[in-house]
Amino acid sequence: MSLLVDDKTHQDPQAQIGGDHRIPDQSRAARTRSFDVDAFGVPTGREEEWRFTPVDRLAGLFSDTATDDRAGDAAAEFAVRASEEVSVATLAPGQAPRGTVLVPEDRGAAVASANTPEALHLAIAADAELAQPVRVDVAGRGAGRRSNAHVVLEAGAHSKALVILDHTGAADHTGNLEVLVGDGADVTVVSLQRWDDEALHLAQHEALVGRDAKYKHIAVSIGGGIVRMNSNVRYAGPGGDATLLGVYFADAGQHLEHRSFVDHNAPRCTSLVTYKGALQGDTARTVWVGDVLIRAEAEGIDTYELNRNLVLTDGARADSVPNLEIETGDIAGAGHASSTGRFDDEQLFYLMSRGITEDEARRLVVRGFFADIVAKIGVPEVVETLMTAIEEELSLTMGRTPAA
Amino acid sequence: MTTLEIKNLQVSVETEDSAKEILKGVDLTINSGETHAIMGPNGSGKSTLAYAIAGHPKYTVTGGQVLLDGEDVLAMGVDERAQAGLFLAMQYPVEVPGVTVSNFLRTAKTSIDGEAPKLRHWVKDVKVAMESLRMDPAFAERNVNEGFSGGEKKRHEILQMELIEPKIAILDETDSGLDVDALKVVSEGVNRVKDKTGLGVMLITHYTRILRYIQPDYVHVFVNGRVAESGGRDLADRLEEEGYDRFLTAGV
Repeated sequence: MSLLVDDKTHQDPQAQIGGDHRIPDQSRAARTRSFDVDAFGVPTGREEEWRFTPVDRLAGLFSDTATDDRAGDAAAEFAVRASEEVSVATLAPGQAPRGTVLVPEDRGAAVASANTPEALHLAIAADAELAQPVRVDVAGRGAGRRSNAHVVLEAGAHSKALVILDHTGAADHTGNLEVLVGDGADVTVVSLQRWDDEALHLAQHEALVGRDAKYKHIAVSIGGGIVRMNSNVRYAGPGGDATLLGVYFADAGQHLEHRSFVDHNAPRCTSLVTYKGALQGDTARTVWVGDVLIRAEAEGIDTYELNRNLVLTDGARADSVPNLEIETGDIAGAGHASSTGRFDDEQLFYLMSRGITEDEARRLVVRGFFADIVAKIGVPEVVETLMTAIEEELSLTMGRTPAA
Repeated sequence: MTTLEIKNLQVSVETEDSAKEILKGVDLTINSGETHAIMGPNGSGKSTLAYAIAGHPKYTVTGGQVLLDGEDVLAMGVDERAQAGLFLAMQYPVEVPGVTVSNFLRTAKTSIDGEAPKLRHWVKDVKVAMESLRMDPAFAERNVNEGFSGGEKKRHEILQMELIEPKIAILDETDSGLDVDALKVVSEGVNRVKDKTGLGVMLITHYTRILRYIQPDYVHVFVNGRVAESGGRDLADRLEEEGYDRFLTAGV
């Protein structure tokens, strides 16, 4: 067994956060899970899992309210594009497989579940290898309009698929995604948050990874006033492999929060969690909380989680909290690393001393910062969207003074 | 023909409570094709001179002038100084994660020349320069200075100099931390660029060792923030025998 902690960059989360940090008084596994909205109180911000979130701006999303659809004018427009190998249907609450994998873990997810009478059900036949991605475009039709969604993605055994969930426009959106990765299947889910500034978005994405299956979840959060996404994984058998990736870029006024939970509940599975983010502008805020639980039965597993943040200007704040619970010592490896750094003036000087202009030097450094995670994403159209968005974000601050 | 003129240069660095004066009036003129060795004990201000000319923000120029062919270097930004033909080979080159050497070199060359190099020639130029510095081709795909050994960092600095083709280069302790083989390779690189482009060199060093491989036309002893004595090659030989003691006692 090895417990790899990146000494150079590891910071004790407690030391990092300071006085207000509370050690979770319970295992991550003991968190309340229920379809009943009332099982969850309205968050006040004092709860462990809500303490970083500006809950006062989320009252609309916590209220047990139906989607604000009007005649001919949905709160959010859903467009599904899928080839014939994908069956597209709906599922009522309690209609399997809906609810077999995702049980809401917070009020936002319970509200989404309770207010989605017809969940979108995408089923990929066993052995099907999709040549084209399945796309679900979610276009919010107005800031402040309540929108609830639940998507069930069922990938049959040995199927291979890429599914892209693309969020644009604005709405008060609570969205659940439930993913069943069949035995030996290979599924990549991309969730793009390209919302307008006024959008608010709470999400729980829950996956069950089959025996010897591969699951990759990629969260890309660029737009939105508040985005809070939970990406959770557990395993249905041994040999499963989960990769949870995230890239975010927060501007002034944005709160982008990503939480992941890998529940190692089966032997000989692997997980890799990598989130990287950049922040710029006053009050830009990001949060990453990475929970990993290695249960007693999870012998021989290997897990690593990493979060890196690059603060480009003064006034931005990134929180980064890795949590690792280990109930068996008989594992191949478990490690984590987390760091938040400022834009490095020495890098800037070095590049500029080679004739490279300041703007170009900053672009190089930021692109370089994201280079390894971009390589891990491995989906060209997503990489292209992401790089374009990063260029746009950077052009906003060009000419401004860097963080001192 | 290019001339770098340093006139009565005074430079201070911000410390916690006050500004500390490091350079106390430096005068030095370097022409194309000339190699000036700047030698001196630790803390005499040699590196400060290098960084101040390159424009590092940590150093404040409080007096004097730096002119490149009559143009006011101190009025230029860091990038503009490089574009004007100055190059600083750093003692401690900086890591730039995620940026490959190949991308970095091309970006730098494009910035210096004002246009992208012709691809076919460029690929060949990079290959030839790397071969002469005995660098593995795989080096081009590594991230800038990340995980480089001391010797690799210095070769990478000289590689940049070969490709960028500056008018005047300042080599800040390029010899420090190199074994004899690496020192020869790096020195050959400097001599090659000199022969090819008529580069003027300010060679900052603590030791006389590198002067066996790079012939200086002038040697300046730097003590306490100014040039204490200037001479030819023989001054270096004398320093090798006597060390800096003579200057240190005189300087107090």
